Amino acid sequence: MGGKLVRHHLFWPLCVLGALLLFNLLYSPDFFSLVLRDGNLYGSLIDILNFGAPLILVSIGMTLVIATGGIDLSVGSIVAISGAIACLSISKGTDQSSIMLVLTAVGASVLLSLVLGLWNGALVTVTRIQPIIATLILMVAGRGIAQLITSGQIITVSNPNYEYIGAGSLAALPFSIFIVAGMLVLASLLTRRTALGLFIESVGSNANASRLAGLRSRTVILAVYVFCGLCAGIAGLILSANVSSADGNNAGLWYELDAILAVVIGGTSLNGGRFYLIGTVVGALIIQTLTTTIYMIGVPPEITLVVKAFVVLAVCLIQSEAFRKTLKLRWKKRHYPAEQEVTRHA
Amino acid sequence: MRPKKKWGLALSLAVMMSVVTACGGGNGGNTNNGNTGGNEAATTAPANNGGGNAAAGDKKITLGFAQVGAESGWRTANTKSIQDSAKEAGYELKFSDAQQKQENQIKAIRSYIQQKVDVIAFSPVVESGWDTVLKEAKDAGIPVILTDRAVDSADKTLYKTFIGSDFVEEGRKAGQWLADKYKDSSEDVNIVELQGTTGSAPANDRKAGFEEKIAANPKLKVIASQTGDFTRAKGKEVMQAFLKAHKDIDVLYAHNDDMALGAIQAIEAAGLKPGEDIVIISVDAVKDGMQAAADGKINFIVECNPLLGPQLMEAVQAVVDGKEIEARIVTEETTFTSEQAKEALPSRQY
Repeated sequence: MGGKLVRHHLFWPLCVLGALLLFNLLYSPDFFSLVLRDGNLYGSLIDILNFGAPLILVSIGMTLVIATGGIDLSVGSIVAISGAIACLSISKGTDQSSIMLVLTAVGASVLLSLVLGLWNGALVTVTRIQPIIATLILMVAGRGIAQLITSGQIITVSNPNYEYIGAGSLAALPFSIFIVAGMLVLASLLTRRTALGLFIESVGSNANASRLAGLRSRTVILAVYVFCGLCAGIAGLILSANVSSADGNNAGLWYELDAILAVVIGGTSLNGGRFYLIGTVVGALIIQTLTTTIYMIGVPPEITLVVKAFVVLAVCLIQSEAFRKTLKLRWKKRHYPAEQEVTRHA
Repeated sequence: MRPKKKWGLALSLAVMMSVVTACGGGNGGNTNNGNTGGNEAATTAPANNGGGNAAAGDKKITLGFAQVGAESGWRTANTKSIQDSAKEAGYELKFSDAQQKQENQIKAIRSYIQQKVDVIAFSPVVESGWDTVLKEAKDAGIPVILTDRAVDSADKTLYKTFIGSDFVEEGRKAGQWLADKYKDSSEDVNIVELQGTTGSAPANDRKAGFEEKIAANPKLKVIASQTGDFTRAKGKEVMQAFLKAHKDIDVLYAHNDDMALGAIQAIEAAGLKPGEDIVIISVDAVKDGMQAAADGKINFIVECNPLLGPQLMEAVQAVVDGKEIEARIVTEETTFTSEQAKEALPSRQY
């Protein structure tokens, strides 16, 4: 039973997340306290969920792409473009109070992010460019497009309906959490309740074999890039709505790397094949908790990245089975040299 | 398979084009960039074939300007100021946008040297690595003026002057205002600081200047200081964590308006009143920041003036005329309290 628990793919990520939260609890005892303020829950945990929401969303899309053996570097740029388009259309609107304006803006962003996802997918499947290069194009060009949309400025909007997407609350919880939960449920249902998940895993294991077995590998791959684009687009909406502004230069900067890290921490291999959506969510939460922890305990900004790197290194090492085995062996050798001797002679 | 291959070609062409337009997009409203500048050499060179500064007296002065990029509203205002005042002064302005890359700027400066412009001005992206290209300009007899940001070259003869804000002074102004405000305070004043991008000159200097002024009063304590990367989103995120970790924050000092604006949202979400429960000091005075100040949400803004075009043109004229100019020209900057911001807001250019 114990062994089964340890071998579960969520065991180590959850341990790390637990350790981080425990550390915070020791550092500031009211870390877990939640207060009801103006009908909204207020506390550090809510912050982590709220600020982690876009990252979780992007990581969910990234998980599916990575499961097919691909990678999507352009998510950060799509985040920026989507926020830029939404804020631009809202700032151009005449009737700021109308809900239609926000719906059109959101619709335009979602549509554009689908198109951008399709673009990535088409480059990968039709022109057979390697995913890392195919998506690198949009990663680089996308920032330019975002700046083109915002004309290099930060567009500020003051529209309460739009702000609601990123900063509003529903049933005492941030609204963004519900968006993420919705997308997570959608992704889980599609991949675990239909054959799609199996298709993705088989394409990721061996695209050619899957094709020969009668699977439309290209369609599957195209679909995951489109989905990843959609996730990034919605994440962009949440991010820009949270601060009521679009910053083509900085919105979603380096998001692709955080998302890939979250996927890997969650237990999905970059080689493709099996994927773990819940693992990814835990991975993204680990990253966000770490960021919040660093702010809370006041790590000087000059060494923030080093601290982050050490924690990430530790997480990766703990997750590596080979490393754990070596560690165990070393431990045994040091303490029971006689036992080692015996097994060797036997 | 054959038609499919053609599709691939068409697609990759489309990619190339989108990359090219994207690069063009980053330039904002600029007329030409460093690369096209090279082609123009042929057409503009005859006008300057007198070369050097002597001929410039009766000819139109040509100024080559290599801008950092168009990364913020501040920078756009800076660009516009330079373009407008060059036009006003009747100079021919060759403008390039480096998109935050040093190699682009070096390329642009080399093309200006080839085109034999009368004066080269630029805002260096980073502080180091300019000696070679500045030496080339010096050898070609073209004076160089730095704007907005400095270089760390040991040889100060490589450039004529440096026009720009004094970031340390900006920090001092912020610190001085706070020290005056709380000079009779009997209780501790807890300050949190949102720093700019770690290691950047404005972040380092604004921090140093501020600390210098508040050091005199032991009641003024910086209890937390963290980078917000000069962005609104980070400012909000860090401020939320500050509010959770410290229950008794009295003052927020943000190194730019954007971070202050993000922090204001965090403070409001915590059920506090920005400007009253927490006193907010910020630097830059861009439009959104001034609006917040006029609304009473920011108590004090130190201006960081991007409109250095007129001063640059004066310096260019002086250099061309062969006059001696000061090695450091500080831009004229002021400060705003909430009331002053309310008055100044309608007439702000950026």
